[in-house]
Amino acid sequence: MPRVAVLKFPGTNCDGDVAWAARRSAGLDARVVWHAELRAGEWDAIVIPGGFSYGDWLRAGAIAAQTRAMEIVAEEAEQGVPVLGICNGFQILVEAGLLPGAFLGNTSGRFVCRWVRLVVERPRGPWLLLLRDGQVLSMPVAHAEGRYFIDGEGLRGLERRPLLRYADGYNPNGSIGDIAGVATEDGSVLGLMPHPERAAEPELIPRGFSPDGQLIFRSLAEALRRGW
Amino acid sequence: MSYAVEVVVMNKRSARDPEGETIHRHLVLRKGYGQVKGVRVGKYLLFRVDAGSPREALSIVRELVEKLRIYNPVVHDVEVRLRAEGSGPQVPGD
Repeated sequence: MPRVAVLKFPGTNCDGDVAWAARRSAGLDARVVWHAELRAGEWDAIVIPGGFSYGDWLRAGAIAAQTRAMEIVAEEAEQGVPVLGICNGFQILVEAGLLPGAFLGNTSGRFVCRWVRLVVERPRGPWLLLLRDGQVLSMPVAHAEGRYFIDGEGLRGLERRPLLRYADGYNPNGSIGDIAGVATEDGSVLGLMPHPERAAEPELIPRGFSPDGQLIFRSLAEALRRGW
Repeated sequence: MSYAVEVVVMNKRSARDPEGETIHRHLVLRKGYGQVKGVRVGKYLLFRVDAGSPREALSIVRELVEKLRIYNPVVHDVEVRLRAEGSGPQVPGD
């Protein structure tokens, strides 16, 4: 059974939900790993879950990005190990330079927690294997610093990458280009602000939405089984 | 000798600053200060540094600001400057 590390920093609080969702929706052997105990070469994939890290002082994810664990994550990503960053995990990946861009406080100045719809663009790699271009997914967001920013040239550069964009009318934070998720060109490293682990069980889905977070974990399981 | 080095981190002009905009529009202008043409909110960090000269203190902080990503060059401008002794806020080590 593929082994998935769910990385935990001081303040991470979605680790249990991610491990649960990965096990229940995709049969993955997902385990919570304290950041100081992460070792190279032991995991088939790494997920950096949401919550907070080091109080999110300075900027969300900025301090976790400078840890030894993130050096290991970068090395593993270099070796082709799939890496997923959710919410604070996405912020950490950006701060660590594994994905481009930056995060600012939501335009509203407020924490936002609500269900949104996302449009998939150029799905590639292990995390989006079961998705098709243009597919619309629903998942909830919950964040205060979710306004993705990148300059004009950087934004054009994203056009080569797999992306998730907030569907029309669902941008909750003022992100440039409605960006909700960004991957490396091959899709092996993906970061997204919405929480797939909170959209993985039909019992927890509000009317009008669907448990599409499952598709992220099932994609990974399928990719680890037959390659991508 | 120790020196106080100030670091000011601001959003780039191209990145909106809703806090500054709100303070400007709904506080400063509303209270009649029409001479004020804009407000930007940023982050201020004060470093107390042991160094042989002011120039060395500045270069230590300039280096760490880059290496430790105290600011994010994608979205921020940064200013690193020496603080005149005895002025401004205090930092542990003063």
